Amino acid sequence: MEKIIEISNLTKTYKNLTAVNNLSLNVFKGDVFGFLGPNGAGKSTTIRMLLTLIKPTNGEIKIFDKNLNTNRNEILKKIGAIVEKPDFYGYLTAFKNLEILGKISGCDVSKNKIMGILDLVGLKSRFNSKVKTFSHGMKQRLGIAQALLHDPELIILDEPTTGLDPQGMKEIRDLITLLSKEKNKTIFLSSHILYEVELVANRMVIINKGATKVEGYVNDLLNAANLKVTVGFNPNEFIKSIINESLWQKNIDSITDSKIIFNLTSDQIPDLNKYLVQHDIEVNSIVPMRSLEEYFLDITEKSAS
Amino acid sequence: MISLVSIELYKIFKKWRSYIGFLAISVLVPIIQIALLIEGEKYLEFLTQNLQQTFVFVGNLLNGYLIAFIVLGSFWVHIPFLVTLVTGDLLAGEATSGTYRMLITRPVSRLKLVTAKFIAGLIYTHSLVLWLSIVSLVLGIILFGTGELIVIGEKIVIFSKDDIIWRFLLAYGYAALSMSVVASLGFLLSSLVENAIGPIISTMAIIIVFTVLSALNFDFFIELRPYLFTNYMPLWRSFFDDPIDYSEVLKSGFILLGHVISFFGLTIYLFNKKDILS
Repeated sequence: MEKIIEISNLTKTYKNLTAVNNLSLNVFKGDVFGFLGPNGAGKSTTIRMLLTLIKPTNGEIKIFDKNLNTNRNEILKKIGAIVEKPDFYGYLTAFKNLEILGKISGCDVSKNKIMGILDLVGLKSRFNSKVKTFSHGMKQRLGIAQALLHDPELIILDEPTTGLDPQGMKEIRDLITLLSKEKNKTIFLSSHILYEVELVANRMVIINKGATKVEGYVNDLLNAANLKVTVGFNPNEFIKSIINESLWQKNIDSITDSKIIFNLTSDQIPDLNKYLVQHDIEVNSIVPMRSLEEYFLDITEKSAS
Repeated sequence: MISLVSIELYKIFKKWRSYIGFLAISVLVPIIQIALLIEGEKYLEFLTQNLQQTFVFVGNLLNGYLIAFIVLGSFWVHIPFLVTLVTGDLLAGEATSGTYRMLITRPVSRLKLVTAKFIAGLIYTHSLVLWLSIVSLVLGIILFGTGELIVIGEKIVIFSKDDIIWRFLLAYGYAALSMSVVASLGFLLSSLVENAIGPIISTMAIIIVFTVLSALNFDFFIELRPYLFTNYMPLWRSFFDDPIDYSEVLKSGFILLGHVISFFGLTIYLFNKKDILS
């Protein structure tokens, strides 16, 4: 697979603080790559280094198989980005902001092109409004518009849904999916809304204290660890006693009157189901509860301790 | 580069603060002119009181040239503030508004971006000096007419009508160079911080301190003078000497130009190393 981003042993230190510590990761063509970590983990610092806003203390960044340090402009031509909250010249209109940024990038700034991008992010009707009159959500959408303006191959989005309402978040997720699936863009998505990454990303890395904790395919990572499986049944002491005497007893997380929560791998769920059926236990529901959020907390709490 | 400079100029002239300088000149210069129109004769009498027993002054001495000369002499200490209002904001303003990130992630080198901003800042500065020359000289001539220019310094020099304009042009050119030093100092300080107020106040503080030090007549400060750029800024007056000491003017001009280049070079060096954290 073609590597789009290749980060090797990246380190950034500020006096006594190590913001990014020997970080290595790979992003492949077509990935929607989730870049996760708690606040202060080094996500924004890494993104700023990817975009040459700050200089690494050590390590190497290759993008499109070229060294970022020596091929900066050539690489940035093919990247669109939002870094933290998108800020614009508030005293200029949305159209003028995009025109200026497009001119600096050396891309097509025809009226049709800009209006097309504004249409894509739902701001066509506000093209002539000054940005200072925009809500946070509108600025966020304009931020995506400026990132797409020069038709980049790689899009770097640093917490793009921060401050948006649920509808706005969904629109951004849909846009990411559209860009990935239909426009074949590679997307590097940093987010603290982990559920969001779970929904849109195919690969991810979790970092904490500036270092990689885990990297891989989202599905693999989620399936590798235990799930919390809630088995719902009618209140029945007999059922509890059967399970308590079985081999499944060691998997029990907690028991209430109407449900038992098991710690299971995804492979064990059919076996448990089979066991319950064989023992004529009437089950109302089997609900595996596994979210990236739990996984994320597991990883980051382990690394914190 | 032309495109980048025009973008920067567009941004400058879209901000209302950029018009404060033009507005201040447009208001204050006519006020001085009107005051001189009303009480100019008294002022001229005061100026020449020690000479009236020896000389007889005839003709239109209170003319547009004298007014422009007085205005230039009064304003060169105030124009720096108007200049730094804009140049101090050129880089720090991007940091304050958060637009640094958007700019620096474009496929253009930091050197080009900073150079474009600097050129735009210089164009603004020179426009301000040009506006001062138009309002003070052109409006002065319209209101007061032309005549000989009397300059009273260590010597009394009276320039004939046809020997004045070129001196003003050179004086305004020199003033523009002086203001370029102020602009580049403001620009340098603007690259160091993330709020435009700091560079504006710091530039003015430096100019005030240097001007005061330049004016102190103690041996230590006299020896210090050659190292203070403010010492060379009032030399626009040399164009109204007879004869003009061109070697002194050129030397001062090169020193000021050296300051512009040094401040700009330092800005580039620091900005290229700067981590954008805003």
